[in-house]
Amino acid sequence: MTQNTTLLELQGITKTFPGVKALDNVSLDVKQGEVLALVGENGAGKSTLMKVLAGLYTAEQGSIKYLGKEMQVHSPLDARLKGILLIHQELSLSPELSVAENIYLGAWPTNRFGLLQKRKLRKQTQQALEALGCDFAPDDRVGQLSIARQQMVEIARAQAFNANIVIFDEPTASLTDNEKAQLFETIEDLRSRGKGIIYISHKMDEIFEITDRITILRDGQVQGTKITADTSVDEITRAMIGRDLDTYFHRAKENFGEDVLAIDGLSADGLFSDVSFSVKSGEVLGLYGLVGAGRSEVVETIFGIRKAQSGRIIWKGREISHPTPAEAIELGIALVPESRKEQGLVLGMGGRENITLPHLHFFSTLSVMSKEKELETYEQFQQALDIKTTGPEQPVAKLSGGNQQKFVLAKWLCSSPNLIILDEPTRGIDVGSKSSIHELIANLAEQGLAVIVISSEMPEVLGVSHRVLAMANGRIVGSFSGQNQTEENLISAVSKT
Amino acid sequence: MFKQDMTALLRRHGLLFAFGIFLAGVALTTDTFLTVGNFLDVIRQVSITGMIAIGVTFVVITGRFDLSVGSMLTFLTVIVVDQHNVSGPFMAIIYVMIGGIVIGAINGLLIGFIGLNALIVTLAMLSFLQGLTLFYSGGANVNVQNAQNTWFAFFGRADLFGIPVPALIFILTAIVASFVLTRTTFGRQIFAVGGNETASKFSGIDTRKTIFFAYILSGLTTALAAIIMGSRVMGAQNTIGQGYELTVLAGIILGGTSLLGGSGGIWRTILGITMLGFIQNGLLLLGYPYYVQWLVTWVVIILAVWIDLGAKRGKVFA
Repeated sequence: MTQNTTLLELQGITKTFPGVKALDNVSLDVKQGEVLALVGENGAGKSTLMKVLAGLYTAEQGSIKYLGKEMQVHSPLDARLKGILLIHQELSLSPELSVAENIYLGAWPTNRFGLLQKRKLRKQTQQALEALGCDFAPDDRVGQLSIARQQMVEIARAQAFNANIVIFDEPTASLTDNEKAQLFETIEDLRSRGKGIIYISHKMDEIFEITDRITILRDGQVQGTKITADTSVDEITRAMIGRDLDTYFHRAKENFGEDVLAIDGLSADGLFSDVSFSVKSGEVLGLYGLVGAGRSEVVETIFGIRKAQSGRIIWKGREISHPTPAEAIELGIALVPESRKEQGLVLGMGGRENITLPHLHFFSTLSVMSKEKELETYEQFQQALDIKTTGPEQPVAKLSGGNQQKFVLAKWLCSSPNLIILDEPTRGIDVGSKSSIHELIANLAEQGLAVIVISSEMPEVLGVSHRVLAMANGRIVGSFSGQNQTEENLISAVSKT
Repeated sequence: MFKQDMTALLRRHGLLFAFGIFLAGVALTTDTFLTVGNFLDVIRQVSITGMIAIGVTFVVITGRFDLSVGSMLTFLTVIVVDQHNVSGPFMAIIYVMIGGIVIGAINGLLIGFIGLNALIVTLAMLSFLQGLTLFYSGGANVNVQNAQNTWFAFFGRADLFGIPVPALIFILTAIVASFVLTRTTFGRQIFAVGGNETASKFSGIDTRKTIFFAYILSGLTTALAAIIMGSRVMGAQNTIGQGYELTVLAGIILGGTSLLGGSGGIWRTILGITMLGFIQNGLLLLGYPYYVQWLVTWVVIILAVWIDLGAKRGKVFA
């Protein structure tokens, strides 16, 4: 095969989830010996597209052509056997198994009695590891290897299966600079041997360092493909955003009071370090960062779910170092957590019982619950937030995401907190509920609450906040307000490595 | 709508219906089943398993198990009978109550605060208490020496208003337990922990403490059951509580309390345990040997767990 043959060609790929068109007529191609960057904001459809390619999702429309022939991918193993390998952001290895067993997972060589051929497995693995210059052995247990070496195990998979297309999804997220340099060498090596590589990243400097072309996705559509050498960070960033801001966001009027919460030099091993900020009553503070930046961990520490190793938490001028969640609630801190199904709600309970759960003493006398009081509060919030249910006892599992999220909000608003922290408050909910939650955030701030909003959606965090902090790798990397509160600034802040 | 309700009802209580039909059959084919004497016998029997089941229900709703109650019953019954001879009935009762609470607390500490697997911890406790019982008794059976004239006989042998006292104690405990479970903050926390432990933590509930106290309740009601048992038998073998842990679990599941946690209730447990009592009684009356009940326990546990899981995931098979 000669250089510049097209290895892979996607045409008109469309994939919908209930209520969302995740991919809308997406086409792209990868040539031999080239590194193609795939960029886009969170939710633009990059991961969905890669999952279609790796056989985790099936597209409703469109075709995948591999070496000029139309191809169907049925499962991740099928994709691997056909020569397409996805290296996940979170590595998908079994820590208890050996390197060799992981590399051939699901495709272990067996003899005619169905028994595992250990020697063959080890020999094949050894060859793949040698070809890549790895410094670990086939029998090493994967769990004992560093993250960078684990990534090499995944890449060795590409070698072992003779993959022609290797997809990297945010590969440098947890690598040191040295390890990153090594990874880039490996990618260079794969390129020189005629493989096609798709490289997904938020980090512009990496993209401009190692890719040949850049395909930009926005809201599930391809915004264009540029040759890396002929474009600039600015042009790519603009193409990624490309939408009017401030059109459907309500931002609270500025009327700030005293500092409600201040944190000073808060650190927790391996999660975040030296985080300091404060928030005033009436203020909406945005916290932007990519998944894994440490945002949720910081607010969970403030709320007492996690413990910090050092640093201070100051509540209304008084230091509270290690609150328990119950104490945090008592002080008037509310946390609407990231995952409403796992952290926010008891799905088998109805709205009434979910709302009152953090404040049982408030609805009881001498530990005996008052159902009347509970129902009163339930009805008040069900009407105020316009929650659609069949009644106070209907299990919240049966409700839509938007209505579930409103119950989580009701749960925290009913005790009139002084500070409400909202972690990804609109993730996965419909547009209507989204805008009513944005409106609610503005109203709460105008009523004098301090509000912290965490979001991976830039328009949202910019639209509702008075001030936005950017977080990356567990640190605050920028603070923006007024004129400086722009998408360009946030992107450049979090993409510096 | 009605048809939907019926299938939901059948799915949830299908097993109860099936056993109801079996019992109707027994009633038709034997003369003794539908007699007051037989009913009182069953209720006396049921009050011991039922008492234990009340405490274990709290544990099961948190999504956990207590398999130590069988040998806890043996251990505490041996203690109450022997201490009756040594320290007198009053102190014997106090010792046994403290014993139940301490054993429950040890389980609760290991499971709630240290986070060990409930199945393993209580299974290990089952073994430990078996050993402890034999240490205490030296392998010999124990008997109350003045069985004919002790007020201790009241708990297991007496009648009040024509109803056996153990049944009265049982019903009273059930009323209190049901109140605690459905009307108090503690009860709500029990359901919350079983329904979603993470969300409970995020709601400020001390999940470790909640689990700890559930095991204490389990130990406490087992102590009460041991008092009734000792009083009724006026003696104890070293195997007197053997197998009770599974009978109790079978009754709880049969009543419709989910082993997955988060749902259930005291009255359901009582319904399940009573039904199981009548089934065992019915089998005996039909002339089957007593050990057939253990085979039936297997059927009950497997079917009930299967139906529960099937309904939750919407599929019969994995």
